[in-house]
Amino acid sequence: MEHNVLTYMIFIPLAGAVVVLLLPSQSYHLIRWVSAAVTVPPLLMASWLYANFDTTTVGFQFVQKAAWIPAYNIQYFVGVDGVSISMVLLTALLSFLCIFASFGIDKAVKGYFALFLLLDAGMMGVFCALDFFLFYIFWEVMLLPMYFLIGIWGGPRREYAAIKFFLYTLFGSVLMLLAILALYFNTNPHTFDMTVMMAQAKNYSTQSLPFWPFNELRWGFQHVVWMAMFIGFAIKIPAFPFHTWLPDAHVEAPTAISVILAGVLLKMGTYGILRINYPMLPVATADMAYWLLGALGAWNIIYGALCAMAQTDLKKLVAYSSVSHMGYVMLGMASFTTQGINGAVLQMFNHGTITAMLFLLVGVIYDRAHHRNIEGFGGLAAVMPVYTGITALAFFASMGLPGLSGFISEVLVLLGVWQKYPGLAILGATGVILTAGYLLWTVQRVYLGPTNEKYKTIPEIDGREIFTLVPLGAIVILVGVYPSVVLDLLRTSLDNLNQIIIPHLPS
Amino acid sequence: MDQPIQTDFIRWIVFLPLIGAIINGLLGAKIQKRLGKGAIGIIACTPVIIGFGLSVMALVRLTALPPEQRFLIDNLYTWIHLGSLKADMAFLVDPLSAVMILVVTGIGGLIHIYATGYMHDDNAFWRFFAYLNLFTAAMLALVLGDNLLLMFVGWEGVGLCSYALIGFWYHDHANARAGNKAFIVNRVGDFGFVLGVFLLFWSLDSQGHGTLTFREMARWASTLEGQTIWGLSVVTVATLFLFVGAAGKSAQIPLYVWLPDAMAGPTPVSALIHAATMVTAGVYMTARLNVFFSMAPFTLQLIAVIGLLTALVAATIALTQTDIKKVLAYSTVSQLGYMFIGVGVGGYAAAVFHLVTHAFFKACLFLGAGSVIHAMHHEQDMRKMGGLKQYMPLTFITFLISVLAIAGVPGTAGFFSKDEILWLAFSNHHPVIWGLAVLGAGMTAFYMFRQLFMVFFGESRADHHTREHLHESPRVMTLPLVILAIGALLVGWIGLPAVFGGSLFARWLEPVIAHGEHHGSHALELGLMAVSILVAASGALLSYLMYYRGAFSPDRFANLAGGFFYRLFDNKWYLDEIYQVVFVNGTLLLARFWSAFDHYIVDAIVNGAATLTRFVSWVNGLFDRYIIDGMVNALADIIFWTGNKFRRVQTGNINSYLYGILIAVVFAIIVKLRYWS
Repeated sequence: MEHNVLTYMIFIPLAGAVVVLLLPSQSYHLIRWVSAAVTVPPLLMASWLYANFDTTTVGFQFVQKAAWIPAYNIQYFVGVDGVSISMVLLTALLSFLCIFASFGIDKAVKGYFALFLLLDAGMMGVFCALDFFLFYIFWEVMLLPMYFLIGIWGGPRREYAAIKFFLYTLFGSVLMLLAILALYFNTNPHTFDMTVMMAQAKNYSTQSLPFWPFNELRWGFQHVVWMAMFIGFAIKIPAFPFHTWLPDAHVEAPTAISVILAGVLLKMGTYGILRINYPMLPVATADMAYWLLGALGAWNIIYGALCAMAQTDLKKLVAYSSVSHMGYVMLGMASFTTQGINGAVLQMFNHGTITAMLFLLVGVIYDRAHHRNIEGFGGLAAVMPVYTGITALAFFASMGLPGLSGFISEVLVLLGVWQKYPGLAILGATGVILTAGYLLWTVQRVYLGPTNEKYKTIPEIDGREIFTLVPLGAIVILVGVYPSVVLDLLRTSLDNLNQIIIPHLPS
Repeated sequence: MDQPIQTDFIRWIVFLPLIGAIINGLLGAKIQKRLGKGAIGIIACTPVIIGFGLSVMALVRLTALPPEQRFLIDNLYTWIHLGSLKADMAFLVDPLSAVMILVVTGIGGLIHIYATGYMHDDNAFWRFFAYLNLFTAAMLALVLGDNLLLMFVGWEGVGLCSYALIGFWYHDHANARAGNKAFIVNRVGDFGFVLGVFLLFWSLDSQGHGTLTFREMARWASTLEGQTIWGLSVVTVATLFLFVGAAGKSAQIPLYVWLPDAMAGPTPVSALIHAATMVTAGVYMTARLNVFFSMAPFTLQLIAVIGLLTALVAATIALTQTDIKKVLAYSTVSQLGYMFIGVGVGGYAAAVFHLVTHAFFKACLFLGAGSVIHAMHHEQDMRKMGGLKQYMPLTFITFLISVLAIAGVPGTAGFFSKDEILWLAFSNHHPVIWGLAVLGAGMTAFYMFRQLFMVFFGESRADHHTREHLHESPRVMTLPLVILAIGALLVGWIGLPAVFGGSLFARWLEPVIAHGEHHGSHALELGLMAVSILVAASGALLSYLMYYRGAFSPDRFANLAGGFFYRLFDNKWYLDEIYQVVFVNGTLLLARFWSAFDHYIVDAIVNGAATLTRFVSWVNGLFDRYIIDGMVNALADIIFWTGNKFRRVQTGNINSYLYGILIAVVFAIIVKLRYWS
C-alpha cells in the first residue's frame, strides 16, 4: 500500500522551517504562530495514522518508495510498523506541544523556530526511514539543529554542553556509518534497503573472525557490526557509561529542547536497536542481550536512581531519572517475552510523555524563580496549588503508581524479565523503591513544608503552560487505565520481533 | 467450577467515591467558596453511604444463593492482555469481599460523617474530602479487584492517599516526612508483593494456567506442588514475597515503623486508614490467597512468629506512650500482630473476624480520641488531660465500651475475635505462641485502661483556658461514636466460639476460606478462655491500681533494671534510629558515592578523552608547524637562497652572456670528443 502521509509528516516541518526563515525576523508573534501552525498538520495526520493503522499485520504500512541514487541502490523509502508507530505519534505530539512551550524564547526567535522545525523533520524521518542511507541522513540532520539549539539558546554552560552532545553523538554516528557500510557490502545485491537486510539476516556471518583472540566466545561479523551499532545507539539511550552528555545537555538546553531530547531523542537509541540490531543481527542480539541490554539495563535503573537522589539541581535530577527509566526499556527488550518487549516499547512511549511533563514543570518553576536548586524552594504547594497538583501527577506517574501509565510498562517489563532472569527482575524492582525515595524527597523539599518567604507571591502556572501539560497528563491517565490504546499498536510487530530472536537464544 | 453471576452495579461501589473525589478534587475550592463546606460534605459522604447501600444489596444477593455459588462479578473490560497475561477491570463480590466492603463503606461512611464535624475549621476542607473519597475508592478497588494486578492498583492507591493524608498539614516538614516514610516503607513491601505476583504467575503459567484472577489461581494452586526456584519450593518463596508486602501495608516487624508516625495525619484519617481499613489490607490479601499460604507451612510459621513479635513489641511500646494517638497507633500495630498470629496458625477466618471487630472498636477509639483532641484544642498529651468524663459523657461512654472490647471483656466484640485466634493457636499445637499472646493481651488491657484513666478520670490537668472551653463534640461526631460503640459491643456475636455453637462468620466465609480443623475439647477451650480473661483482668487491675487509685507509682516499674526496659520501650526499641542509620543514611551514602563516581570517574573519562584529544592535536599542531611546515619552509628557503645566489648571473651584459655561451659550447665539444665517441 503506497501512501504519502509519512512524507508529508516529514516534509511539512521542513517546508515550515523554510517559510519561517522568509518571515521578517522582528515579527515574533507571526513566527511563533506560523511555527505552531506548521506542527498541526503532522499532528492531525498522526491521529489519522492512529485510526487507520492495521494492528494485525507484521509488515510495514503507509510505505512510500522511490529510487533516489540508483547507482548505489539508495532509495527514498519510508513506512511504519508496530515498532515505530508509537514513536511517530509521540514525536508529532511533543513537537506540537513544545512549540507552545517555546513561546517564551525571545532571543533570535526566527532562528530558533526554524531550527526547531528542522529538528522536527529530522526526528520524524528517523522513525519513518526504511532505507539505511536515508536513516543516516535524518539521524545527522537531527544532530545539527540540536547543537545550535543548545549552544545558542541554552544556559550558562551551553557551549560546553552542546559540543559534548554533538561530539559524543557524532562519535556514535561514525561507528554506525561503518556498520551500515559493512552491512551494505555484505548484502547481495548491495543495497541500503532495510527490509532486504532484514530478510537477509541469516546471510550475515556469525563465524568467529580469525583475528579474534578468544575464539571460544562467538565473535563474528554479526557481533562486530552489532557492537558498532550498539555503541552508537547506547550513547543515545543513554546507557551507562555513555550517559554523561545527558545531564549537561538537559540542564543547559532550554525547556522545550530538554523535552524533545528526553521525550524523543533518547528513544532513538532503543528504537534503533529494535529496528536494526534485532531483525538484522539476530544471532548477535541473542548472544549479547543478557549482558549488554539486560544487566546493563538493570544497572542503568539503579545507577540512574542513585545519581538522581544525590542531585541538588531539579533539572539534573529529572535528567538522571531518565537514565534510570530508560533502563527499564533495555531490561524489557532483553527478556524476549511478549510482556517484556511490549512493556519496553510502552515504556518508551510512557517515558516520553511523563518526562516531557517533568521537564515542562521544571521549566515553569525556572521561568519564575530563575534557579533550580532543590533546597532553594519549599512550600510551593501553598502558593501554586494547581502547579503542584500537576507536578504530583507527573511524579507519581514517574514512580509507577498503578492507574497511571508508568505502572503498566514497568510492571510488564519486570513481569516479562522475571520469567527469563528473576535476578535481573529483582534488581530492576529495587529501582521502584529508589525512585519513590528521590521523587518524594524532592516533593517534600520543593513543594511541602513552610513556604519560602522569597516565593510568597510567585505567580501560579498560566494558561499556556497548562495547555502544554494537560494533553500529556490525560495520556498518562488514559494509558494507565486503558493501556490497550497503545499496546494494541505494538503487539503484532513486537511479538514477531521476538520470534526472530528466540530460536537463536543460548539455551 | 460455577460461573460467577454477572452484575453491573458493583462498579458503582468503587466509582461513586471516585467521582466524589474527582468533583471535590477539581472543583472543591470553588464549591467551598460558593456553596460552603456543607456542599463539600454532602458530595463526599453521599457516595460512601450509597456505596454502603449497594454493599448491603450485594450481601443480600449473596445470601440468596447457595454457598458454593456466592460470587457476583462485574466485568468492565479487558485491562491488560499480553500473551498469557490477562487482567480484567473486573470487580468481584464473594463472601470475603462482601464483608470487607461492608466494613469499608459502613465504618468509612461513619468516619466521613464524623470528619465533616472534626475538620470543620480547616480551610482545606475540600482537599481533605477529595483525598478521603479517593482513599475509599482505592480501598474498595483493593478488596473488590478480581485479580492480583487490580488489587495492586488499590493497594498502591490507598498508599498514595495515606501519604497525602498523613502529610495533609504539609506546612510542617515533620508531617511531610511522616508521609514520605509511610510511602517508602510501603514501597519496600510492594517490592516484595510484585515479585510474589510474578513468581506465582509464571509458576502457574509453566503448567499452562498463567492467570492472576483469584478464582482461577485458587483452582490451579495445586499445580505449584513440587515446583522449585533457587532450590526452594515455589509456593514458599512466593508466599514469603507476598508476606513482605503484607508486612509493609499491615505494619508488621520489620516494616511497622511508618504507622506510629502516620498519626501526624488528621484523626479521622488515623481511624479510617491507619486502623480500620488500609492497614488490614495485608490480612485481607493473605486471606484472599489463603490456598497458597496453606501450601507453605514454613511461611505460615514465620508469619505466626512475626505476628507474635509484632504484637508483643508494639504492646511494650504502647505501655510508655503519653500521646493519646500514639498509644492507639501502637495498639493497632499490636492488634494487627494478633491477626497475623491468626493467619499463621491457619485461622484466616479468625483473622478476618478480628479485622472486623477491630475495625469497630479501634475506629471508635480513634474517633473518641479525636473528639477529646477537638475539645482540648489539639492537645494530644495525655498528661495534660484527665477528668474529662464529666465534660464529654458520650465520648467517655463510647470510649469505655471500646476499651472493654479491645481488652477482651467477655461478651464484647474483641473478646470473641481475640479468643478465637488464641484458641486456634493453642489447638494447632502452638502453646508457646498462645502463652505469649495471652501475655500480650494482658499488656493490652493494661495500656488501654491506663489511657482511659489518664484521659477521663481523676483531676483535670489541663490549663485554665482549655478547661473553660471543654465541651462535648457536636452531634455529627458523637453519632458515629455511638454507632461504632454499639458495633464494638455486639458485632462479636456473629462469631461465637465452637463451645457456644460455632462461628456464623467462619461458616459464611467457608466458600472462600476452607475451615480449619479443631483439636481439643470444649472443656479445654473454656479453661483457656478463663486463663486469658484472668490475665486481661489482672492487666486492667494493675492499671486501675496505678493510674486510678494511685496505689503505687508507675515509676516503680519504670525504674526496673535501672530503667533499661523503660528506656527501651519509650524509645521504641531504637528501631527508627537503627533504620535511619542503616537504610536511609546507607542509601544516601550510596547515592553520593555513585554520583561522585559519575562525576569524577565516568564524566572525567569523557572530559579526559576530550582533553587528551586536544593535547594530541596541540602536539600535532607543533609537529605540523615546526616539522612538516618547517620542511616545506626550509625547501622554500633553500630555493630562495639558491635563486638569490644565481641572481648574480643575470647581469644584463651581452658580452658576459656571449662568454658564457662560448664556455658552454667549448665544454660541450670537449665532452662530446672525449666521452661520446
